Amino acid sequence: MILTEQKPMKEILKLLNDEKNIFLIGCNGCAEVCDTGGKEACLKMKGELEKAGKKVLGCIDIDFLCNKMLDRIRIDRNMDIIKNADSILVLSCGIGVQAVGAVIEKPVCPANNSVFVGGFQGLWPSTERCEECGKCFLGLTSGICPITACTKGLLNGPCGGALKGMCEVDKERECGWHNIYERLKKLGKLKKLNMFVEARDYRKMMPDKKTRGSKYYDIESEEEVIVNE
Amino acid sequence: MSKLSEALKKKEFAVTSEVGPPKGVNIKACIEDAELIKDRVTAINVTDNQSAVMRISSKAICRHLVEKGMEPVFQLVCRDRNRIALQSDLLGVWSLGIQNVLCLTGDHNSLGDHQGSMPVFDLDSVQLIKAITDLNAGRDMEGNELDGSPDLFHGAVVTPESDPVEPQLIKMKKKIDAGAQFFQTQAVYSPDVFEKFMNEAQKLGVPVMVGIVVLKSAGMAKFMNANVAGVSVPDSIIKQMADTPKEDRAKKSIEISAQIIRQVKSMCQGAHIMPLGWDKHVPAILEQAGL
Repeated sequence: MILTEQKPMKEILKLLNDEKNIFLIGCNGCAEVCDTGGKEACLKMKGELEKAGKKVLGCIDIDFLCNKMLDRIRIDRNMDIIKNADSILVLSCGIGVQAVGAVIEKPVCPANNSVFVGGFQGLWPSTERCEECGKCFLGLTSGICPITACTKGLLNGPCGGALKGMCEVDKERECGWHNIYERLKKLGKLKKLNMFVEARDYRKMMPDKKTRGSKYYDIESEEEVIVNE
Repeated sequence: MSKLSEALKKKEFAVTSEVGPPKGVNIKACIEDAELIKDRVTAINVTDNQSAVMRISSKAICRHLVEKGMEPVFQLVCRDRNRIALQSDLLGVWSLGIQNVLCLTGDHNSLGDHQGSMPVFDLDSVQLIKAITDLNAGRDMEGNELDGSPDLFHGAVVTPESDPVEPQLIKMKKKIDAGAQFFQTQAVYSPDVFEKFMNEAQKLGVPVMVGIVVLKSAGMAKFMNANVAGVSVPDSIIKQMADTPKEDRAKKSIEISAQIIRQVKSMCQGAHIMPLGWDKHVPAILEQAGL
């Protein structure tokens, strides 16, 4: 279960500042449980965007956005509409945003911050593509995570170490920032790279009291229940 | 105000070089390297655990240089310290009479000799530059007021021969917006590539010092071409080194470095010579370069 919370509307609108026609994709997996994906959240988001003067071209919800194959099939089926969108707003965890970004050459933007992996991780087998940093940066890069794709987790552009698009740490590992640059260039969105990104707030990664008390975190109490049975 | 900042402000062609702190406490040779060049350069960079290899601190060597009447450029990487330690060290070096700072991301830990250590990178180089700009203005990164603020002359690096160069220029502009006051570049070997870079970079209005890495052999050039990002030694230079007998290599290398400086001098505001231990040859390079 990847816990997500919706970004403040102000931040979402800032990320979509240059984009008028928006297509919504919501996740029916973990995000739906958190009320940050799924049909209801999508409809609510549609209303908010329209109130802010955006045009919402359409909306689909997909069972598990971390399933890239499923994303591709559903997106292809809706391509007639999606092709006219300036940006796709994705209501899911960070993995879902990256998966949508990987199957379509369109700017993608996260509606949520991923804050915590509690037990069941959707259909995605690892946390290595999304660290649940609590402040999703995928909107600045259009779908490639600078924290997990860059070995140094740099937020303001590449270091000087990449050689021919490969990372200095491992010549067989692609440089995340090279890929971000290439993607934004292809999308005509290089302007996004000019923005200064503040240092991370690591407090966002610490589980709060509510999470600590939930069954997704609290291994100890779970054991107690079994003993009592 | 540091001599380096004064020279660049007056639009003099400024020259810096660098020394690498040793692994251990025998610092005599390192200080002697600095003594060899001190009369020919405005300031001397002191690298910070270069190549992620643990050495005596840049801060300590910088202070030794200050005590000997030299002006250091304190190199500071983001790899080893979080934002508390970075800011604390910056205030510390200022109190020790160190006025220039060069901000770098830093090579990854896995390239050095403590490969399992924690890569910190709490800040990136742009955020570090911004933090120094804030400290100079009397505030820490959280906006808390300082009891006495530094006036650090802070610069950054850029790689002109990077391919593609556009991401470098985008980040360079971000560094300037964050407050960077000068740039020292990664090694330049092709004046025509550097000229194209400078045509864009000079629009940004911040002084650029061309980076010169002194070649020791054809093998070193080939190694850098294959392994060091943004460094591209042309075949013609490799051939010149390869065709030179071992005993004349230093002389040839001096010639090559001096020639590059002569060719690019009019395009930029200074030169940063990285002798990698060949400090004794720096005066000859500068002489032949007409500096």
